[in-house]
Amino acid sequence: MISVDRSDRPGVFLASAEGSSKDTGRFRRGSASSLVRHLGLVLLAAVFALPLYLCAVVATHSASDLLRGVPLLPGGQIWSNLSTLVKGIPDTPKLFSMLVNSAVMAIGVTVLKLALSIPAAYAVSFFRFPGRMVMFALIFVTLMMPIEVRFFPTYAVTANLGLLNTQTGLILPLVASATAVFLLRQFFRSFPLELADAARLDGVGPMRFLVAIVLPLARPVLAALAVLEFIYGWNQYLWPLLVASSLKRATVVIGVKGLIGAAQSFAVPQWDLVMLLALVALIPPVLVVVAMQRWFVRGLMSGIS
Amino acid sequence: MALVEADSSLRSSAERPGGEEGASRVRSVRGAPFSRGGVGRRARRPGGTDPVSGAVFPHRLLPFVLMLPELAVVGIFFLWPSAEGVLESVRESNAFGLGSRFAGLANFRAALSGGYLQALEVTVVFTVITTVASMGLGLLIAVQVEQVGRFKGFYRTLFVWSYAVPGAVAGSIWLFLFEPHVGPGARFLGALGLHWNFALSGTQAFALICAMTVWQQTAYDFVFFSAGLQAVPQDVVEAATVDGAGALRRFWRIVFPLLGPTTLFVVVMDVLAALFGSFAVIDVISQGGPGGSTTTLVYALYRDGFQNGDVGLAGAETVLLFIIAGVLLAVQFRVINRRVHYR
Repeated sequence: MISVDRSDRPGVFLASAEGSSKDTGRFRRGSASSLVRHLGLVLLAAVFALPLYLCAVVATHSASDLLRGVPLLPGGQIWSNLSTLVKGIPDTPKLFSMLVNSAVMAIGVTVLKLALSIPAAYAVSFFRFPGRMVMFALIFVTLMMPIEVRFFPTYAVTANLGLLNTQTGLILPLVASATAVFLLRQFFRSFPLELADAARLDGVGPMRFLVAIVLPLARPVLAALAVLEFIYGWNQYLWPLLVASSLKRATVVIGVKGLIGAAQSFAVPQWDLVMLLALVALIPPVLVVVAMQRWFVRGLMSGIS
Repeated sequence: MALVEADSSLRSSAERPGGEEGASRVRSVRGAPFSRGGVGRRARRPGGTDPVSGAVFPHRLLPFVLMLPELAVVGIFFLWPSAEGVLESVRESNAFGLGSRFAGLANFRAALSGGYLQALEVTVVFTVITTVASMGLGLLIAVQVEQVGRFKGFYRTLFVWSYAVPGAVAGSIWLFLFEPHVGPGARFLGALGLHWNFALSGTQAFALICAMTVWQQTAYDFVFFSAGLQAVPQDVVEAATVDGAGALRRFWRIVFPLLGPTTLFVVVMDVLAALFGSFAVIDVISQGGPGGSTTTLVYALYRDGFQNGDVGLAGAETVLLFIIAGVLLAVQFRVINRRVHYR
C-alpha cells in the first residue's frame, strides 16, 4: 500500500493537458492556465464568503446606516453594538447566558457521545457475545433517524420524564444515535488484531487493553469525532427550540432567531444587532473547523472510508 | 500528516478477508485461547459473507456492561419515542385531549390528503435541486483545487468553512441579505429590474432557501470529492495520459467512474441533509410560506404537531418519515458496503 501525503500531491488527471502531454504535469503546467485557475478559485471563494463579509460589515454599522444604502466597508459601531447586545434587549435572553448554554450543550453532547460510544464500539468490535449483532443492528438503525425525524414523539417522552427546559432533556435525545459508534467501529475493525493477540498473550485484560493501547492509537479518530460532535451540538436548532423554550435556557443559535423578531419591533429594524449576534454564534464552530480542519475532514471521511 | 499515513496503511493491512473466521474461531476455541494462529485467521471461510471483523476477548458479561449506557440512552430516547410515534399514528385524541381511541388508518388518510402532498412535492423538488447543484459545484471546486499546485490547503479552508455555520444562523444572514427593503441582495436584484419580495412570492422564497442550502452543502460535498479524488490511483490516470487520452476524456472515462462510491455516498448524504436538515433555514426565513411553497415534510410535521396540536396526524407523519428514512437507510447500507468491500 502506498501511503500518500495528501497535503501536496499534485493533481494528475487534468493537469498535464494544459501543459505538455508527456508528463503528469506538476512542473510543466502552463503558467497562464494555472493563473486562470487561481483566479477562478479566488473568485468562487469570494462569492462563498460574500454573505459572511456583508454580515460582518453590517455588524459594525448602526441600524440607520442601513437605510441609506448597503455599507461595503466596515464602520465604527461595533463596540457600541456589542455593548447593546451585552446589556440585553428586552424579552431576549442575555448574551452571556446564551453563550454558556451553547457551550454546555456542545461540550455536553461531545463528552457524553464519546463516553457512551467508545465502550459500545469497543464491545461490538473486540468481543463476540450472544445478541451482539442484534444490538449492533439496533444501534445502526438509529443512524438514519436524526432528531428531525423523531422529534415529535421524543418531545412527548422528554416532557413525560419532566426534562423540558433542563440540560439533560436538551442533551440526551441528541446523543441517542449511533453515528459515533459507527465511526469508531469503522476504525476498530481496521485495528491490527496482532496487537490484541500480543496483548492477550501478555495477560493484558480487555479494559487495560482499551485504555493503554486502543484509545491512544484511536486518538486521531477521537479528535475527529470530538470536532464533529461539538459542531453538531453547537449548531442544533429544532431540538432546543422545542425543549429549551425558557429565556434562561436559550442557546445562542436560538437567540439569533429570537432577536430577528425583537429587532423588527424597533422603528428602525436592528439588523446590525442581528448580524453581530449571528457573527458571535457562528465564530465558535467556524473557528473549530478552520483550526481543526484536518480532524474535521477526517471525521467526515471516516464515515465512508 | 504522518498520522494519516500510519493510519491509512494500518487500515489497509487490516482490511483482510476472513475476519469473520477469526471471530468464530474465538468462540469455538474458547477456553483454549492461545491455540489460534495467524494463519488460521486468514483462511477464508467458504461462503462466509459476514463482514464482521475478528473478536479477541472471550468475555461474555463485560461487553454487555460496556454496551449498557449506550443502549439505555438509545432505548429511552430513541426506541421508546419511536414506538410511541407508531402508537399515536393509529390513535385519535378526543376533543378535550383527555383520552384517545383506536383510529385505524384515519390519521394516515388525513396526512396523505391536501397539504401533505404539496409538502411531499416541495420536498422532492427541493431535494433534487439542492443535491444536483451542490454536487456539481462541490465536484467542480474539488477538481480545480486538486489541480492547483500551490496553496491547496489555503483553498480547502476557503471552501470548507461554510459547512460549519449553524443552519439557523446562515438562514438569518441570508434573510437579511434578501430582506426586501434593506437587504443588499434584494437591492441588487431590484437594480436589475427584478421585483424581489420573497414574503409574497413562493417561487422567490423557495429559490432563496435552495440557494442558501447549496451554499452550505457545497462545502460538505467538496470535502468528500476532494478526498475521493486523492484516492484515485495515479498510475491508471498516467497510463491513460500516455495513451493519449485528453483531459476531459480522462476525467469522464476514468476519474469519474472511480469516484462512483464517493458520488453515491454524497448523493445519500445530500438527500438526507435536504430532507431533514432544512428545518432551521425554513423556520428562520419563510416559516413554510408563502402559501406552503417552502413547507417540507419535516416542516409540515412541526406545524401539524406543535402549532396545530394534532397528535394523531403528527404521529402518522412521523411514521411516514420513518419509512422514507428507512428506505434511505437501505440505500446507504448498500453504498457503504460497496465502499468497504470493493477489493
